[in-house]
Amino acid sequence: MLNIALPKGRLGEKVYAMFARAGFECPALMENSRKLIFDNEAAGVRYFWVKPSDVAIYVERGAADIGVAGKDILLEYQPDVYELLDMNVGKCRMAVAAPAGFRDDMNRTLRVATKFSRIARDYYTSVGRDIDIIHLNGSIEIAPILGLSDVIVDIVETGTTLRENNLSVIEEIVPISARLIANKSGFKFRTEQIERLTEGLRKEVQEA
Amino acid sequence: MLIDDRVMNWQEKISFRLRTLYSEYGYERYRMSKFEEYDLYSRNKDFLFSEGVITFTDTTGRLMALKPDVTLSIVKNRKDTPGALQKLYYHENVYRVSVAADGFREQTQVGLECMGEVDGACIAEVLKLAAESLKLCSSRFVLEISHLGILNVFVDAIAPDESVKHEILQCAGQKNLHGISRVCRDHGLAEGAENALKELLSLYGTPRTVMPKIRALAAEYGAEKMAACLGQSVAVFTGTELENRILIDFSATGDLQYYNGIAFKGFIDGIPGSVLSGGQYDALMKKMGRKDRAIGFAVFLDMLERLTEEEGSRA
Repeated sequence: MLNIALPKGRLGEKVYAMFARAGFECPALMENSRKLIFDNEAAGVRYFWVKPSDVAIYVERGAADIGVAGKDILLEYQPDVYELLDMNVGKCRMAVAAPAGFRDDMNRTLRVATKFSRIARDYYTSVGRDIDIIHLNGSIEIAPILGLSDVIVDIVETGTTLRENNLSVIEEIVPISARLIANKSGFKFRTEQIERLTEGLRKEVQEA
Repeated sequence: MLIDDRVMNWQEKISFRLRTLYSEYGYERYRMSKFEEYDLYSRNKDFLFSEGVITFTDTTGRLMALKPDVTLSIVKNRKDTPGALQKLYYHENVYRVSVAADGFREQTQVGLECMGEVDGACIAEVLKLAAESLKLCSSRFVLEISHLGILNVFVDAIAPDESVKHEILQCAGQKNLHGISRVCRDHGLAEGAENALKELLSLYGTPRTVMPKIRALAAEYGAEKMAACLGQSVAVFTGTELENRILIDFSATGDLQYYNGIAFKGFIDGIPGSVLSGGQYDALMKKMGRKDRAIGFAVFLDMLERLTEEEGSRA
């Protein structure tokens, strides 16, 4: 049985549809229930819904053989897993955003509010800028408005939230999308099934 | 007095079995101090599994460390043996930063090192012992083997500098082929420049199924000698019951500052990470002023904690 961790929410449902079309369906999954684990013995799969940021943990720790996680989570937590496929869905970008008229004063340490401390630190290290990281867990956009930070590093999808808070993207760090990941040990023992699934999904991605 | 093995826990039994195995193959027990001068680790930071070392000042004012690694101590404390082969095994505790524990953790390792005139026969013996070690722990294991020299040739053929090479190797270790393409495009490399490397990384399977393709691909890049070395090393398993437990996988990478040639990792079904890791480290020996060649591996006993005794007994 192949254990698959999917991210709860709209992205997870979209991704499951790709798994189903690739021949790994489990109809019970889309039924309206509070269940979190679903088996389809005939297809040899067990799906479970988990919080999107936890998918990589389930896979790294071997509770799931494979899963789908955002590249943002993989870059931030750097789990020791295989990254088998760019699923080309859930596309957005990790970016630096600042209030209108912002000008970086190089005489000061730049204050950066973010949920993604590692990504922000790595990016500013790569450009040689000294920063002060303010780690927040949500509502990052209000940090510059309240004077808590100079800029933010966050995921930008359409840019609507930024615009509504008088912020705009000043630098793109990295494109983000959902990735198929696999546990390194699980991959060795369920290779044939994982490779078949990966190939099926690859076709789905190419045809989309 | 006979020791009643019922008083031993599973890890202790495994440790005794491994030490017996290594003794039978002529390896001698190597004992070392718990402490080393911190300088040894500060000069070889990248060789360590994790950043962070527990340090203290000893009675003479020297900055010491609780050892985070065994191999560095053995390399430092023994002399070259020109024309000879030194075969050592150890059972030691190391002190490393564990992300899971959010702090330092004591970890137990049993392993072996072969130093001196390391030839093809020696490499084959070490690989065989690695597979036998896994078999003693569980019947459901695989040993994945790579050749860092071959991987290096393919990466060097496309990477314009060390930082791009580092990014590509990181992707290779994750089987992230789309990531390799992205790195190449980001750095302005021609479309398709990475195809041969991606093909090499896609060659995954038993030696019988993938070695012919590796030989052919390596020949195109002048790496046929290295492919022959890999082929000879894994030939030790041909026709044995271990043959189907051996997988060639170039995603088993290592830091090329220290490692070269054959690299390998062992996995047991149900244990999420590698339980055994090893390879040739001639580059480390050279860095530390040694002329000898070397190969070794360690079994991480802590990783076997969740393996039940029944599973192990079936091994």
